[in-house]
Amino acid sequence: MTKQHANWSPYDNNGGTCVAIAGSDYCVIAADTRMSTGYSILTRDYSKIHKLADKAVLSSSGFQADVKALQKVLKSRHLVYQHQHNKQMSCPAMAQLLSNTLYFKRFFPYYAFNVLSGLDEQGKGCVFTYDAVGSYEKVGYSAQGSGSTLIMPFLDNQLKSPSPLLLPAQDAITPLSEPEAVDLVKTVFASATERDIYTGDKLEIMILKADGIRTEVMDLRKD
Amino acid sequence: MDPNFKLFDTCDLDTQGLIAALNATTDAFYVSGAGLGLRIETAGCGGLTRKEPPERETTAGKRKASDEEEEEEEERLNKKMFRNQYDTDVTTWSPTGRLFQVEYAMEAVKQGSAAIGLRSRSHVVLACVNKAQSELSSHQKKIFKVDDHIGVAIAGLTADGRVLSRYMRSEAINHSFTYESPLPVGRLVVHLADKAQVCTQRSWKRPYGVGLLVGGLDESGAHLYYNCPSGNYFEYQAFAIGSRSQAAKTYLERRFESFADSSREDLIKDAILAVRETLQGETLKSSLCTVSVLGVGEPFHFLDQETIQNVIDTFEKVADEEEGEGEAEPAAPAEEGGDGTGDQDVAPMET
Repeated sequence: MTKQHANWSPYDNNGGTCVAIAGSDYCVIAADTRMSTGYSILTRDYSKIHKLADKAVLSSSGFQADVKALQKVLKSRHLVYQHQHNKQMSCPAMAQLLSNTLYFKRFFPYYAFNVLSGLDEQGKGCVFTYDAVGSYEKVGYSAQGSGSTLIMPFLDNQLKSPSPLLLPAQDAITPLSEPEAVDLVKTVFASATERDIYTGDKLEIMILKADGIRTEVMDLRKD
Repeated sequence: MDPNFKLFDTCDLDTQGLIAALNATTDAFYVSGAGLGLRIETAGCGGLTRKEPPERETTAGKRKASDEEEEEEEERLNKKMFRNQYDTDVTTWSPTGRLFQVEYAMEAVKQGSAAIGLRSRSHVVLACVNKAQSELSSHQKKIFKVDDHIGVAIAGLTADGRVLSRYMRSEAINHSFTYESPLPVGRLVVHLADKAQVCTQRSWKRPYGVGLLVGGLDESGAHLYYNCPSGNYFEYQAFAIGSRSQAAKTYLERRFESFADSSREDLIKDAILAVRETLQGETLKSSLCTVSVLGVGEPFHFLDQETIQNVIDTFEKVADEEEGEGEAEPAAPAEEGGDGTGDQDVAPMET
């Protein structure tokens, strides 16, 4: 007699892929705009990128209802921080806050696969990649979501950070220029769209620099 | 005075005129400060004697203005609040139906330095006088941002004001979180008033000793509210609270009918002029006041010193040109506290 399992799940996966690359003075964040459930498409025009602070942008794939709730919580906490400190949160600070917020729900997690990126206190690009319960790491580039398994190996090939075993410790920041990084992202998404059914429709790219944020949109295959 | 007297009440914290020095071995005691008087009951061997305070030196004599409305203010300030049997607890009614502790809390508001608010149809301006404890310290923060569309100016116990501002901020954030829309000001002031009322009906609490001028914008336009320690709140076109606020109120009463249609710039100018009224002859400098604005399409923010100074320059110059008016006399640079003796007796915890 096997145990009866629930035929109702509190979670759903809305698919999609998010990628971020850190540069020396910029940061590129990209995500597709397809939102799906099962084998159906819910919408072709949903943004998975959300600005949390002047220098911190969150991009999440997974269960978008949880993602929305997570964004709201972070936004409120950021307001409280601003009232108390009279300034915006830095990206590393937001990274820690996100980790704590995720772990807070360790036993009923946010079904969100996050990539937080922005500029650190020195103005250099930084990317933080997370799992669903808040384990995070500062990296030079990352991909999360349904297409991540297709994208990550290719980014490794192109941007592989020097081994952490090498001394002296080297930065994970890519030496690529901003236009090169944007090109790389477009290439990588175009390829992932070919084989991942949950990725496609449009690609939204946000480029964060010290003087502001720029957004680009590119079409992807719609099948 | 009987040298063996036993002082019945040491300090009337509600009145501004406190016994500054009391020497138990001599007859001498004096009362300093403006306005409120003191009746001291002393008991010694031989019975109860009553001593009326000596002729008080009020600041009226020092003021240059002979405005009759300001003399009325003097009268109001001079109204004596005596200690009585019913004022120990906030939960004790007096036979005349008053809660004295609550009224005493409202007195605390009058001790703080002035805060002024005015509104037009689309903007709200909050301004306050910067009062520093000493030349060495910086001035107390009296205006707080609650949200992009709400600001609050306080007068009285700043610590209480800070705590209430934090409460207001969290209310605004929670409302935004739940309803994805900005908290209407009218709702916020009701929350505040209810919170204040609780403290008037618990024996283990005391009323908040701070008056709040809450200015905000919602779907129905710009609003200005005054919340007092009693738990009451009122909506105003313009209002002033704190010490010497009567002078500002007089100015605002003359001009308030034009505020609704005022431009943003005129509103700011009126606010700064109202602040000047409270300074009673002291030269108005941008360092002496803090001004904040919020309005349609303009989130709450403070005006920088330069902007304020520019506004001051526009009317100070005009006043200089008008001879014989006798109004603004920006003669010698005034020093902090040089105009009112009463201010020096303000307890350090108050603004």
